[in-house]
Amino acid sequence: MASGMSSADYIQHHLTNLTYGNHPVNGWSFAESGQQAAEMGFMAINVDSMAWSVGLGIFFILLFSRVAKNATTGVPSGTQNFIEMIIEFVDDNVKSVFHHKNAIIAPMALTIFVWVFLMNLMDLIPVDWIPSIAAASGIHFMKIVPSTDLNVTLGMSIAVFVLIIFYSIQQKGIMGFLAELSLQPLGKWALPFNLFLELVGLIAKPISLALRLFGNMYAGEMIFILIALLPFWAQWLLSVPWALFHILIITLQAFIFMVLTIVYLAMAHDHH
Amino acid sequence: MNMNMTILGQIISFIIFVYLCMKFVWPPLTAALAERQKKIAEGLDAADKAARELEDAQQSVEAALQESKAQAATLIEQANKRASQIVDEAKDTAQAEADRIKAAAAADVEQEVNRAKEALRAQVATLVVAGAEKILGASIDVNNHQELVDKLAAEL
Repeated sequence: MASGMSSADYIQHHLTNLTYGNHPVNGWSFAESGQQAAEMGFMAINVDSMAWSVGLGIFFILLFSRVAKNATTGVPSGTQNFIEMIIEFVDDNVKSVFHHKNAIIAPMALTIFVWVFLMNLMDLIPVDWIPSIAAASGIHFMKIVPSTDLNVTLGMSIAVFVLIIFYSIQQKGIMGFLAELSLQPLGKWALPFNLFLELVGLIAKPISLALRLFGNMYAGEMIFILIALLPFWAQWLLSVPWALFHILIITLQAFIFMVLTIVYLAMAHDHH
Repeated sequence: MNMNMTILGQIISFIIFVYLCMKFVWPPLTAALAERQKKIAEGLDAADKAARELEDAQQSVEAALQESKAQAATLIEQANKRASQIVDEAKDTAQAEADRIKAAAAADVEQEVNRAKEALRAQVATLVVAGAEKILGASIDVNNHQELVDKLAAEL
């Protein structure tokens, strides 16, 4: 905890993104506070979230494509073995849920699983390390866990949602999709009721996907920040157990995001 | 919590990463896995085949061993038979040779005896004549009494 800051300020500081945007007064600039970031409205971007998210995505692609390029069909090396284990894990999950032919689903599931896992993993880096380094180099805000930014989780779930709509229409036709939305569960005489129910169900998919991941990570991060408020010699008593427990949470959340994506897309392909 | 363009940035990066994963990560790795699966299956097949071949080979070795044992037994039997045959033949030959030598020896002895007899007879004749001369006090004309002397000698 930096000196000269109240606990509330400290928490607030740790939960504020580094935002660059069009401020009504200052023009295009970095927001100096959460207040300014909020005033920028939609024409702003959370630079830290984007940088960490894209950086981790690039790390994922480089690591995996490097192994893929040198993949041997003989006895695999340690790294290749590990990567293959992940691939097989994802492939098993996709095959057990998704029974149609679609070349996008499995690679997308892999991307989601590994990328979300890596983003969540940033949560295990002690909360003050990177923000302190950033502060020392003149950057006032630095939130290093992209999945604690609702924009990031919602961005992914919206992409998944677009795919759900796309495959529903592609597989069933526009009329088939509309019929599915309006003629069940109660038959055509309750059409408005059906439509309301199905639309809520449809919209709930991306929203729940994004909020579940965001909520879990945000809460986890918050607890790490609260633990960081304790005296330094007492922190490990709580932070070590919570970090150990958090290893389970970040893996589980990545897994849930992946499985639900597969399930939703399988439902989009299935004819009811 | 501010909703802003980060959401669009994240959608775009998501699409790009999924595309890159589809292009450079998933196909080569799953291909390598499938290839290895095929190789392992082939290896197991080959091992099965080799085990079957080993069994076959062991069986044929066993059969060959049995056959050669039987052959060896036949050969030994034949050899034994032949050996006893040779021994018998040798015995017969030796017996015949012995008989022959014995017969020859007997003939020799007989001959010697006869010769001795002849010699004795001749001497006996002379002795008889000499004896008779002494007894009779006169000489006996050997020629005149040849017949008598011969008769005497023959009776000896």
